[in-house]
Amino acid sequence: MSVAIRLPTLLRPAASGQSIVNVDGDTIGQVLETLQRTYPAIAGQVLTQEGSLHRFVNVYVNDDDVRYLDKLDTKVAPDDVVSILPAVAGGAR
Amino acid sequence: MSGTPPGVTPSQMAHLTLTKDQLAEMVAHSIACVPEEGCGLLVGDGSGSVISVHPTRNAAASAQIYAVDPTEHLRIDRDAEDSGLMVIGVFHSHTHTDPWPSPTDVRQAPDPSWHYVLVGLRHEVASVRSYRIVDGNILEETMVVTGSYNPT
Repeated sequence: MSVAIRLPTLLRPAASGQSIVNVDGDTIGQVLETLQRTYPAIAGQVLTQEGSLHRFVNVYVNDDDVRYLDKLDTKVAPDDVVSILPAVAGGAR
Repeated sequence: MSGTPPGVTPSQMAHLTLTKDQLAEMVAHSIACVPEEGCGLLVGDGSGSVISVHPTRNAAASAQIYAVDPTEHLRIDRDAEDSGLMVIGVFHSHTHTDPWPSPTDVRQAPDPSWHYVLVGLRHEVASVRSYRIVDGNILEETMVVTGSYNPT
């Protein structure tokens, strides 16, 4: 099924400037793999080469962080909106 | 504190415009978060001006590192987009060191288009500086603070 993905500013140039793209998949993992295949410049920035979620990226299905759901196995429905945002962190240390 | 931080290039071109109230809000939130680092997001229209400051929870709950609460980040990002705006940067405090980007700050800077504001609480009077961080290079930018002061 096709779901909408909201892209962070940083990834939009890789998707021809689009802020929202529609991608096929039944789980978050499938959706993100398809996203990276469709827009090769995004490869490695959301999923690592090993296929896991990048440590400094947060992915949400509607309001929920997928890390608190079924991670990459989280199922998606046609009306779901997937949001990808960078983790914002740092500190004096 | 004066002078250019080590490893930082001062820029006469890059700037961040904000109001005195927005500056005060970042400092107040940072002080309120002590002993932890305080943090929050800045929303604007991409022109280099802050439209609104959004203090957030430090999910790391640490005096030495910060992590903007992801759920709050999502809400702020969505609300900004609904208003035709965008997240343009982040502020956070250094509770015991100067407001210069640390190696951690540089390594984890999420977006080269963002403004990175640092609130230094090392001294009795808070100090605030703003930076751009692009490909590991730190560029200090001028903070243009608007709004009138009416000392009585």
